[in-house]
Amino acid sequence: MKIVVALSHVPDTATKIKISQDRKTIDPAGVSFIINPYDEFAIEEALRTKEKFGGEVIIITYGNDSAKESIRKALAMGADKGILIKGELNIDSLSVAEALASEISVLQPDIIFCGKQSVDYDSSAVGQMLAELLNYSVISTVVKLEIENGKVKAEREVEGGIEIVESTTPVVITAQKGLNEPRYASLKGIMAAKSKPIEEKTFEIKSNKLVVNDLRLPDSRRKSKIVGTDASAVPELVKLLREEAKVI
Amino acid sequence: MDIKILVFLEQRNGEIKKQSLEAARKGYKLSKELNTEVVALVIGNELKNLDILSEHGVEKVVHFKNEKLKNYSSTAYSKIISDFAKENNFNLLLFSHTSMGKDLAPIVAAKLKAGYGPDCTFVEFKDGQLVLERPIYAGKAIMNFFLNSEVRVITIRPNTVSLTEDGFNVKTTVDLKEMNDQELDLRSVAIDYVKSEGKLDVAEADIIISGGRGMKGPENFYLLEEIAQLLGGAVGASRAVVDAGWRPHSEQVGQTGKTVSPKLYIACGISGAIQHLAGMSSAKCIVAINKDKDAPIFQVADYGIVGDVLEILPALKDELKKYLS
Repeated sequence: MKIVVALSHVPDTATKIKISQDRKTIDPAGVSFIINPYDEFAIEEALRTKEKFGGEVIIITYGNDSAKESIRKALAMGADKGILIKGELNIDSLSVAEALASEISVLQPDIIFCGKQSVDYDSSAVGQMLAELLNYSVISTVVKLEIENGKVKAEREVEGGIEIVESTTPVVITAQKGLNEPRYASLKGIMAAKSKPIEEKTFEIKSNKLVVNDLRLPDSRRKSKIVGTDASAVPELVKLLREEAKVI
Repeated sequence: MDIKILVFLEQRNGEIKKQSLEAARKGYKLSKELNTEVVALVIGNELKNLDILSEHGVEKVVHFKNEKLKNYSSTAYSKIISDFAKENNFNLLLFSHTSMGKDLAPIVAAKLKAGYGPDCTFVEFKDGQLVLERPIYAGKAIMNFFLNSEVRVITIRPNTVSLTEDGFNVKTTVDLKEMNDQELDLRSVAIDYVKSEGKLDVAEADIIISGGRGMKGPENFYLLEEIAQLLGGAVGASRAVVDAGWRPHSEQVGQTGKTVSPKLYIACGISGAIQHLAGMSSAKCIVAINKDKDAPIFQVADYGIVGDVLEILPALKDELKKYLS
């Protein structure tokens, strides 16, 4: 089985966001980048799928040179090879999906895994768009997956419950936390990853449809009123919620 | 080019979802401002509560009907919506940013080669330009943007449009379109929906009461459940308690959980890691209860009590009971 994982290289979730001078991007100074947390579930599921059915796992990402670090980590976990489509940080999901599709269409995988969203732009869109561009079906936000006889059955997290979805392959699966417990790379895996190939490709993004006017930090002005220091403050709190904030 | 607005209404078990009514109201408001047409589209079999649409500005609704469309199918639904939009030249499509909306809208956007603006908290026309805003980095920053494309697909973050504001009463007409089986692309289809214990989801709740490590153990979360029930809200959790296995991941609020915008957010025994704060800081009113007076959660809270949650929560329950009875 040919398996592709589309990976995103994102700022660590512990990052305090600062806005750049141009007010259109975030200031990259002091920001460390990691594999998008949801993509770790995608990699793990891809590896388990390979272990069950055989085949190979190819990691693909769109980004700049530093994204190779994340590809290398995925190779250390057990993936077979990597492809980096070189380009600058892009917030337009469709542009990124088109870049990824340009290479994935050549590979013709049976199944593509990615995280349900990347934790930078939170668009939850690239997986679905990729599916559409490749004419695959897609199941997003998956917490359980079974593959059998060219069909998949997945549980996806929806409001207040779980939706059970059946689909034909080829299919894109976007992974939600809970799908599995991602493995740690072993020392042997880390050593092996050093000699695994990472191909570099280019894709020219014609024009972005999403145009940023500016970025700003959220308005975090709050009353920060300490009502008290024990249970005796509760009646006053309820009164404030009722009369001042008018939320109950 | 003239703007023509199409609003997607989501149904589950034949009931139009509340979040879709927010999209409907937004569509109606924009259509009035621009003096243009708005049509709502719903896909399903039997629909139970179409009558509520008249209170939310839906004058015309097109219902694509087939027994096999009762449950969600991303392949079938996305084809119906994009075909209908193309045939009728709709160029502004509104969805709600729900599980279904955020699955469906990007597929539709790709089919229509449209610009895609997900999870918008602000959608307004200003000087002829559609200005959009959305939180990124789980709310650590706000992006103001526009879509430079002929067709635009937008999802609206739930709880950002008021459903109680007046002036949306209209007469609704329904245009029924019966679909043949062979017209449906059913490569992917939902076969079942399993509701989790009848509890309200944090992503849908107006009021959320969340617990962190300060709750001391999973056995104390009944205190939050009781209050959530009193207030008609949902129980949330910090990442620490989800990772510890005290609560399910579906309740996790924060950057690797759910980003929420409720009317009231009560954080109990949560110190306020940056990832958690990002996920809830857009709540209208935030209450923090924590025994550490220096906890970062107090900096984003409107009201705080410095003290032991396990002592304060029973008192809060009693006081709320008194007030609500």
